[in-house]
Amino acid sequence: MSTQEYKDRQFLAVIGDEDSVTGLLLAGIGHVTSPPDSQKNFLVVDNKTDNAAIEAAFERFTNERKDIGIILINQHIADRIRHVVDSYVKAFPTVLEIPSKDHPYDPEKDSVLRRVRRLFGE
Amino acid sequence: MSGAADREAVFPTRQSLGLMKAKLKGAETGHSLLKRKSEALTKRFREITRRIDEAKRKMGRVMQIASLSLAEVTYAVGGNIGYQIQESAKSARFRIRAKQENVSGVLLPAFEAYQTEGNNDFAMTGLGKGGQQVQRCRETYARAVEALVELASLQTAFVILDEVIKVVNRRVNAIEHVIIPRTENTIKYINSELDELDREEFYRLKKVANKKQRDTAASDAEMKQKREDKAALALLDQENQAPEEEDVGGGDILAAEDDEDVIF
Repeated sequence: MSTQEYKDRQFLAVIGDEDSVTGLLLAGIGHVTSPPDSQKNFLVVDNKTDNAAIEAAFERFTNERKDIGIILINQHIADRIRHVVDSYVKAFPTVLEIPSKDHPYDPEKDSVLRRVRRLFGE
Repeated sequence: MSGAADREAVFPTRQSLGLMKAKLKGAETGHSLLKRKSEALTKRFREITRRIDEAKRKMGRVMQIASLSLAEVTYAVGGNIGYQIQESAKSARFRIRAKQENVSGVLLPAFEAYQTEGNNDFAMTGLGKGGQQVQRCRETYARAVEALVELASLQTAFVILDEVIKVVNRRVNAIEHVIIPRTENTIKYINSELDELDREEFYRLKKVANKKQRDTAASDAEMKQKREDKAALALLDQENQAPEEEDVGGGDILAAEDDEDVIF
């Protein structure tokens, strides 16, 4: 693996409900690229957002953008596109499932924790 | 022998025997080194998984506190500030950089969070009221993001280590179960072929020796025969010569013969 692969990755991306995104943006992770294409590194998902849009955003953050190192995604949203999240195995960018305000965190659903459990045969 | 056919295609010569022996030794050294590497990585891997488990639990708590402080902000500002914040986000203040850590020759990246100074997209947020809560909320979320970044680097290390360990174990197994037995088989094959050649050579020599012996015996016998013949010839000559000598007074012999005839 070359250094180049993750040297430029300096942003975090968020796919989450409004509260999570608001909070994380307040912490200062929000970034909008320079005007011509103005890509945001966050996506607010509510009940009206359809799964295809989430998948497209996930795809964009994982494959197209080369400046994102970590993707934070609310667990209940990850559940909606579970097959995509589970089949994502690359190390970069890292996908991290985070809890949201309305949905408590369930370690059983986390794709990485499930791998941990499977490896140790629990 | 089950793996009799499973050997490398070499000519059974002493040179290739030497090569195979060197190869076997190399494979054994490599096997022990790789095994040690795999053990070191697995140790690290277990440590990381334990830390991931802890960090995930910690993340749950941290995010809960952060959500609470956001609720405070919403209450203090008196309305939803989400839209305003999403629109005013321009440039990331909170960024990450990746550094590397070397574990037994595997480069594990680790993220490190840092904050760029001087740009603040949310200077106006909460200007009217609730500024203090907004400030506090930002700090809480900054801490939460730091915890998340730490967790993310653990997770990256986990994914990479998982992959590397699989590769190393595959190599260890390949050496242990394929390369070493095959090389041993080849050595065995070469040895047996060489032994066979030795036996053939021995047999050939024995044959040659036998033949030589037989030839010698034959020629000896011939010589002996010849010598005997010669001796006999010589004797005959002598005998022939002797009568000639006696022929001088030949009348006697003839008389004697006559006598014998007379006897029969």
